[in-house]
Amino acid sequence: MSEIDDISESKSVVFVTVGTTSFDALVRAVDSQEVREALFRKGYTDLVIQMGRGSYIPSKSNGEDGSLSVDYFTFSPSIAEYLKSASLVISHAGSGSIFETLRLRKPLIVVVNEDLMDNHQSELAEELAERNHLFCARPQTLYETISAMDPNSLVPYQPGDATPVAKFINRFLGFVDE
Amino acid sequence: MEHGSSCFFSNVGFLNFAILLIIAASTLLLFRILYVIYRSSKQLHSRPPGPLSTLIILGSGGHTAEILNLLAVMQMERFKPRYYVAAATDNMSLQKARLIEETLKNKAEAETVGTSDFMQIYRSREVGQSYITSVGTTLAALAHALWIMIKIRPQMILCNGPGTCIPLSAIAFIFKVFGIRWSSIFYVESIARVRRLSLSGLLLYKLRMADQIFVQWPQLKCKYPRANYVGRLM
Repeated sequence: MSEIDDISESKSVVFVTVGTTSFDALVRAVDSQEVREALFRKGYTDLVIQMGRGSYIPSKSNGEDGSLSVDYFTFSPSIAEYLKSASLVISHAGSGSIFETLRLRKPLIVVVNEDLMDNHQSELAEELAERNHLFCARPQTLYETISAMDPNSLVPYQPGDATPVAKFINRFLGFVDE
Repeated sequence: MEHGSSCFFSNVGFLNFAILLIIAASTLLLFRILYVIYRSSKQLHSRPPGPLSTLIILGSGGHTAEILNLLAVMQMERFKPRYYVAAATDNMSLQKARLIEETLKNKAEAETVGTSDFMQIYRSREVGQSYITSVGTTLAALAHALWIMIKIRPQMILCNGPGTCIPLSAIAFIFKVFGIRWSSIFYVESIARVRRLSLSGLLLYKLRMADQIFVQWPQLKCKYPRANYVGRLM
């Protein structure tokens, strides 16, 4: 971790996360030559991939040849630290990971996994994309999304408030709020 | 001939009696169910009740995060003791709940926030499991849920899917019908559901098993008018 903190000034990190399962289509997409080049053109210097239980292994690169530096790992207890140090997050469509990133006010591209059964996850990503809180892509459209995106066009997400729900429950049960 | 017919008539008499009994019992049951559904939709008490024993069903991942966000703004002295239940395959959720309970106990006096307990339950359907194989796993989960519910008999249930909450809510509803325990069931639909209710949400909504259902997007409230929309949890 300290390694990331030290040089974070000169670095611009793209953090990719697939969550607790696997999402090879996403890892393969970010590892493709065109996506790497697009990210580098946008000014990002480092690509860090959390690949989960996936079987596709991305190719590491130290970036010395004037290209994107690429690193990966399977799981880490400190995903939050990676999110904090990132300049751009590319994530699977799980709500936990989406809201954690939005709360940190990091530019976010959510990639929907089309192989999942009962795929309701795209609902949330598409709704939040419509409200300009994030960009929504599929593995095959990731390159277009990165090329066309302007992180400054995103609208910060106002976190929700659970108090009205708690008040409603209290009133229903007969508790009086002070 | 005569003998045979009297036997026939007594058989018919018994049969009629049995049928009458079944009809009477099912009519009673039907009225009781209708009453429970009607009563559940109304405010529970007019005066503040004492502390309510509360069952909190943690649904894993994003579901758990949502329900814990809600718990964070609830007055814990009103909801005690608290029983947390998570799926047997989910190791993270109870850990997070324990953390919250520990900080609670450090902040307040242990007496005011009450005690808490943590349990795991077999899940009726894993994410991605087919609907056909979920029949068998649902039966096993149901038996385990019954055992847990007999033990704790909560007065209030808080859940937000996925499948884990269905057996528990169904048993709670049956307890209400048979007068074993009256519980208020609150279901919060996951924020990931924007256009349609989840299977769990839909079941609780259509069968009217939950007292109150909350959705987190206004467009869902349009589609399911009996649901409540008062904002997002995340």
